[in-house]
Amino acid sequence: MIRAIVIGASFGGIEAIREILLHLTPEVRVPVFVVLHIGNNRIDGFVNFLNNHTHFLVSDACDKDEVLPGHVYFAPPNYHLMIEDDQTLTLSVDAKINFSRPSIDVLFESAAWVYGRDLLGILLTGSNADGAHGMTVIKQCGGTTIVEDPRTATSGVMPMAAIERTIPDLILPLREIAPRVCSILGC
Amino acid sequence: MPSEEKNKKNQEDSGGSSADIQSIEMRLLLEAVFLRYGYDFRNYSKSHLRRRIVHHLGMNSLSSVSELQAKIMWDRSAFNRLMTDLSINVTEMFRDPEFYQAFRTQVIPMLSTYAHIKIWHAGCSTGEEVYSLAILLKEAGLLGRAQIYATDFNKYVLEVAREGIYRQQEIELYEQNYLKAGGQGKLSDYYTSRYGSVIFDKSLTKKVVFVDHNLATDGVFAEVNVIVCRNVLIYFDRILQSRVIDLFYHSLPGMGVLCLGTRESLRFSEWESSFAVMDPVNKIFKKDPTLAP
Ligand SMILES: C[S@@+](CC[C@H](N)C(=O)[O-])C[C@H]1O[C@@H](n2cnc3c(N)ncnc32)[C@H](O)[C@@H]1O
Repeated sequence: MIRAIVIGASFGGIEAIREILLHLTPEVRVPVFVVLHIGNNRIDGFVNFLNNHTHFLVSDACDKDEVLPGHVYFAPPNYHLMIEDDQTLTLSVDAKINFSRPSIDVLFESAAWVYGRDLLGILLTGSNADGAHGMTVIKQCGGTTIVEDPRTATSGVMPMAAIERTIPDLILPLREIAPRVCSILGC
Repeated sequence: MPSEEKNKKNQEDSGGSSADIQSIEMRLLLEAVFLRYGYDFRNYSKSHLRRRIVHHLGMNSLSSVSELQAKIMWDRSAFNRLMTDLSINVTEMFRDPEFYQAFRTQVIPMLSTYAHIKIWHAGCSTGEEVYSLAILLKEAGLLGRAQIYATDFNKYVLEVAREGIYRQQEIELYEQNYLKAGGQGKLSDYYTSRYGSVIFDKSLTKKVVFVDHNLATDGVFAEVNVIVCRNVLIYFDRILQSRVIDLFYHSLPGMGVLCLGTRESLRFSEWESSFAVMDPVNKIFKKDPTLAP
């Protein structure tokens, strides 16, 4: 049973994440954690938009926030986001990984350790290799992985890097991802 | 054997998941570190520790946390290497320039009414934050009145902080941060460049003492007017955060100022309501004894 979803996206990620979160149905009651690379830019505007247009409570995470169902947590710019066994969030200012902070690998790895086989990882468009290691760890821990089809992604580099490192359970064009997530979760 | 296969094998042998086994190993390791060396990581964020320890295993070709534990028990230099990997010292000058702006407009006016100012940087790392605030105080004409304590539990970073020598390649970012923070001159007014490094002016640290202090195990350090402790609490669990805030509460007089990192909070402390919020975004608080705990 899927108990949490992690999503990673880089170049082109705003549109891709919007597409997915807008199309997840209200029955999706698991927490969703997101790393979106946007450099030093602020994320509040996008978070506000999603709050007004999706079924979820969306926020950029603060240190030690409690993990709640039906919430979407974004890693804030310049912090890595990790998940604790006791269902709280931890931020860190550790060095950049893959030139990125927040890094998708850091989030995915920590979520895989906590949720094991109950984790669903989704890697979207991007033009670097962040997330490939994270997807490998999710698989090692028994979780499920979906990679956006590199042929139709805004930038296929990041999905491709993941496909080269691990065999994802599904490779899907963006528009098919949200409906498939709903069916995997049985809603 | 690749780690994927090994995880699977371990699971079959033992009936426990490898994640569960590793968390038992980690608890034992932290206990061992505490008993043997006195450094208490037991209330640090588990996800943070786990990430650092797994990284450390990889870098040192160790196959399990138990093996690491056996090694550090008998080998102090191995422990020192682990220590380096557990204490994240990433920092920069004028990190979060808006914080320094806010300090300038909201805290400085109050400090300028004091004859003596005492400031404590807790978890100062390699000192970039200390030099930044010293520059700000200097530009406000207050540096001469200030006594500054800069502490960290990592002796190596304190040495770097004392030297005040940083890499030239970071300076461009620091220069930008300084201007965004409302700097009144040029950052280069405060350093000299030499062989790919920059050396900060010793006059900035004339009144700074760099001291080894562990927030997890040591007591009140001194009574001070301002505590700056940014991006340290995020590495602690709620229990340790509350202990450290208690320490800060008892180190501040009424109207004493506490500055945390932009994503940190007082919410796990019994003293939360005894602080007035001066700046909710930049996390600047003022101890107010008239507010009941
Ligand atoms: C990420 S750095 C923050 C540096 C600086 N304050 C900043 O915001 O840029 C965290 C620092 O906290 C120190 N630290 C961690 N645990 C500590 C403890 N128990 N006592 C004192 N310092 C600690 C680390 O050694 C490290 O230098």
